[in-house]
Amino acid sequence: MQEHQHNIKLPDGSIERQTTTLNLGPTHPATHGVFQNILEMDGERIVSAESTVGYIHRAFEKLAERRPLYQITPLTDRLNYCSSPINNMGWHMTCEKLLGVQTPKRVDYLRVIIMELARVADHVICNSVIGVDTGALSVFLYVMQYRELIYEIYEEICGSRLTTNIGRIGGFERNFNATTWEKLERFLKEFPKALKEFENLLMRNRIFMDRTIGAGPISAERALNYGFTGPNLRASGVDYDVRIHTPYSSYQDFNFNIPVGTTGDVYDRWLVRNQEMWESLEIIKQAYQKIQEFKGEEAEVYHANVPEYYLPKKEDVYTKMEALIWHFKIIMGETAIPAGEVYHSVEGGNGELGFYMISDGGRSPYRLHFRRPCFIYYQAYAELVKGAMLADAVAVMSSLNLIAGEMDA
Amino acid sequence: MQALTQKSKPVSREPMSLMEKIYLPAVLKGMSITFSHMFKKKPTVRYPEETRPFSPVFRGLHVLNRDEEGRENCTACGLCAVACPAEAITMEAAERKEGEEHLYREEKYAARYEINMLRCIFCGLCEEACPKDAIYLSETFAPASFARKELVYAKNDLLIPNPKTEPEAFAKAKGLKPIK
Repeated sequence: MQEHQHNIKLPDGSIERQTTTLNLGPTHPATHGVFQNILEMDGERIVSAESTVGYIHRAFEKLAERRPLYQITPLTDRLNYCSSPINNMGWHMTCEKLLGVQTPKRVDYLRVIIMELARVADHVICNSVIGVDTGALSVFLYVMQYRELIYEIYEEICGSRLTTNIGRIGGFERNFNATTWEKLERFLKEFPKALKEFENLLMRNRIFMDRTIGAGPISAERALNYGFTGPNLRASGVDYDVRIHTPYSSYQDFNFNIPVGTTGDVYDRWLVRNQEMWESLEIIKQAYQKIQEFKGEEAEVYHANVPEYYLPKKEDVYTKMEALIWHFKIIMGETAIPAGEVYHSVEGGNGELGFYMISDGGRSPYRLHFRRPCFIYYQAYAELVKGAMLADAVAVMSSLNLIAGEMDA
Repeated sequence: MQALTQKSKPVSREPMSLMEKIYLPAVLKGMSITFSHMFKKKPTVRYPEETRPFSPVFRGLHVLNRDEEGRENCTACGLCAVACPAEAITMEAAERKEGEEHLYREEKYAARYEINMLRCIFCGLCEEACPKDAIYLSETFAPASFARKELVYAKNDLLIPNPKTEPEAFAKAKGLKPIK
């Protein structure tokens, strides 16, 4: 490697250092989370970076070892909190894989709608924050109200907005009501216009292009070696998408493309996410259409028929003895859980979110591991910002869509 | 890299055109977009003077429910405490004595019932776990206090007003929320 030319010239024999140490984080407004980077700076240029993890480590994997399966869902909310429904659904599907629960098609499609909405919410925040970090605040404010529409849809279904705890093992806690569909239709009608405007403001803007093109690039080979997934890997030109390679939740029924970039710089990541939002909108439209095609009893199905794992209706609990017994058994975590080992991954908001669970047949997992994409991206951060300007370091961090909550679990 | 699927679609990454390089037209275009936003309807809500409508299933602060005759529904079965992933709920059970039938619906009741709002994550699992329709999450939210102690809500803070003695306060506390 070429020796770095320092700006500061020291007299011979001096023991002074030629670089400055700068702490970027752990609490810095530009890092959008608890990230610490000890940067070795030569003027404005970064000579080396040392990334630290663990500032908001909450030991989720350990906590999960003494919780029944349904109580682990609120923990997954707090991984990538920009798209918590995807985490929830991923966890439910992992449990279903272990328990051998088959979900009906309608449940799959409802899940697809929620997951794609979550992906849009995640990407819209990430992309607009790249705008903020390169100096364009207004775009962020304009798209924020459309994320609100998505959050209202969550609220209709589960009652909460950010930490959703949406869905249950086997399906959803309640069926989508008329207001939910109304809100979804409103979103599908209004959001494309806003996204178009969002594109108009940033995509071919010279300042934005100058700032992002060539910033923090990573080659496909390096990205694969690090274990990149999701939009960050696709921006480097590898068309890997969990939704297509190992379809879950009936993703094989949908027709969509994988946007890929070429150089893996900030601009490519922005473009890939932007295109993915359009693809997600297409998927939502297709899923909505498929759901409308269900007729009769099928059109009311919102959970699998698994009384061992899915809570009975409240009216039945109040009146019927058998339902009350199941209710107590499920809540106490006393239902039979098979021993085994299972891995399930979903295409999360920022990459492949995997759940590796070992069950010894007890009421809670023997061991649970979350494969958190942010943790992997952050390992590459030092390499990405080496030799870059300080201002680029901030843009690179937001373009990787690093979420401290997910990184530290 | 060779393609892994047939579905990949490269994103367009054209070099800047002359118009884009000049930048001035882009400035005007951007300004016109931001200017047009001045005349659009404001999406913000002036909280706390105004509040936006909540969904009927909104997960806010907890309420301990009474039946129509003003008796407490809770039988201190402890399911909510078991279901709570944040371990925020504590309770002590007591047996109903002669002459207390107008206070408690079942033979057993919660003598002490506490929810630590500093621990609570508002996941709604207690409401789901309750087999007696005794605890539910209301539409009230954002509790604030100067002391930590005050945020450990005791039974008196949680109980819904008695429909016999304070019907208006009871109706208000119930809000629009349908009891499942």
